[in-house]
Amino acid sequence: MPNQFTFVRDILDLGGDSFWGFVAAIAVWAAPITGFVSLIGLVAVWLERKISAHIQCRLGPMEVGPHGLLQTLADGIKLLGKEDLVPDKADRVLFALAPMIVFAATYVSFAVLPFSQDGVIVDLNIGIFFIAAVGSLEAIGVVMAGWSSNNKWSLFGAIRAATQVVSYEVPLGLTLLAGVVCAGTMSLNEMTMAQEGWIWSWFIFRNPFMWAVFLIYFTASLAECQRAPFDLPEAESELVSGFHTEYSGMRFAVFFLAEYGKMYVVSALGVVMFFGGWYSGIPMLDNIGGLPGNLIGAGIMVTKSMILVCVQMWIRWTLPRIRLDQVMDICLKYLLPLALGLLMLVALWQGILPGEKRFGIVMIVAMIFAFLKMRTMVRNVMSKSSQQIELPVFKV
Amino acid sequence: MNWEAIIFWALATMVIAPALAIVFSKNIVHMAFWLLATLVGVAGLYLLMGADFLGMTQIFVYVGGISVLLLFGIMLTNNEPVYLRKLVKRPKLLPALTVGALVFFVMLRALVSTEWAQNPVEPEATAPALGMYLLSEFILPFEIVSVVLLVVLIGAAFIARRDGTGDPK
Repeated sequence: MPNQFTFVRDILDLGGDSFWGFVAAIAVWAAPITGFVSLIGLVAVWLERKISAHIQCRLGPMEVGPHGLLQTLADGIKLLGKEDLVPDKADRVLFALAPMIVFAATYVSFAVLPFSQDGVIVDLNIGIFFIAAVGSLEAIGVVMAGWSSNNKWSLFGAIRAATQVVSYEVPLGLTLLAGVVCAGTMSLNEMTMAQEGWIWSWFIFRNPFMWAVFLIYFTASLAECQRAPFDLPEAESELVSGFHTEYSGMRFAVFFLAEYGKMYVVSALGVVMFFGGWYSGIPMLDNIGGLPGNLIGAGIMVTKSMILVCVQMWIRWTLPRIRLDQVMDICLKYLLPLALGLLMLVALWQGILPGEKRFGIVMIVAMIFAFLKMRTMVRNVMSKSSQQIELPVFKV
Repeated sequence: MNWEAIIFWALATMVIAPALAIVFSKNIVHMAFWLLATLVGVAGLYLLMGADFLGMTQIFVYVGGISVLLLFGIMLTNNEPVYLRKLVKRPKLLPALTVGALVFFVMLRALVSTEWAQNPVEPEATAPALGMYLLSEFILPFEIVSVVLLVVLIGAAFIARRDGTGDPK
């Protein structure tokens, strides 16, 4: 019989029509994703500690494994062994449920994220909308955690998170719409395929306004992930640690994992929308096909996404946290009108010159020129304003 | 029983059980979370019927947006237990029952008189068709709704001003 459940149609082909086949198919697909999310968490936490350390002229974890590579694993084992504490007056059910909801909201997005041409679990025709929708569920878990902890710092953190996430969904949605306008589809796979070819066919180069859209997307996604400079929900210096103040052990680890998973999801979405997904930008490399082609594609996709994750970390350890009123100002007074205007310009360009790829060359040249110009300007200002500081050098 | 039926009954339970829990719960924050479960269940039913875009919109707008704002409001109010028998007072009982029964019969009538499709059609992408309809056949209602929403937005912002007169300080 025809199945109506569009979402799991592809999964179902594996399990046939029986219910248990369906359940087994879901389990088969869930296993690698669980592994991937854990691996991303493991690597990203290590990267964060290393990047923060090097930015602050420290070494970071060095003891466990080469350059502390296994430190996160050791920490994970420690968190597993910790006592599971629940505050006395907490709402026990909601308290237990909150980390699960936060994690599930991130985890589900991986079902539609493409890794390579055939490396996507479900190529949903509304993939980008799906990710935006389930991403907004995270706020529910955060609010639940904050309220059920019965701690005023937690509640403050949760309320900040709710305000921030709901507000930034608006500019984020508009930037996603700009990507949809460029690609003419909401399927992440088709969106990537629209950027096939040389590097200048990527949307960020091809459309003269997409780089600005990307900046807005990136800012809004930082706020969605509650990363610095938008980390008010867990501002350590004000709210102990915000909505997860009362969480310890494995429950805290789940929150942590969800945060890094979410960082990967927004980065991967950014890569698909602006940086050509799994395409390397060199047609010869992309046309290999088959298993090797898919493996190369997945490697490129994960590398690009991890680069964006590293940029998120770089920003976190560079910029100070902003105030709540500034958060709202940035969203409603600047990002929202800018995103609206850019959406119109992007649509206009797309309407006048659909499928025009060669303009990307001009954009790439302009970007390189702007970068070099900016670098000399910054260097001039730096050399004038302050004397050179001798940085300590570590010998390993 | 095939898997579709199992999922349908699971989702139906997920819609109805929390709805009952909203009525009988004493804690207003719990009520909000139960409402959320109901809304997710409804989204699941939409998805089961092949209305993928509608289902995701339900999650995006109701679960991710409106519910959060609802919770936001509730958490800032006092947290006293709400008792059903205190809410239902005797003078209010008769009109409440009348209105409830009326709504119930209207919905029952709609349920009985509708010709439900017996042979399910193969699901297809609904988003492009929805977009085409919104910008061709239903452009007038679509525009009217957007203007009404804009008016609501401006009105709410006006009322929420501290002095209510509308001149900026």
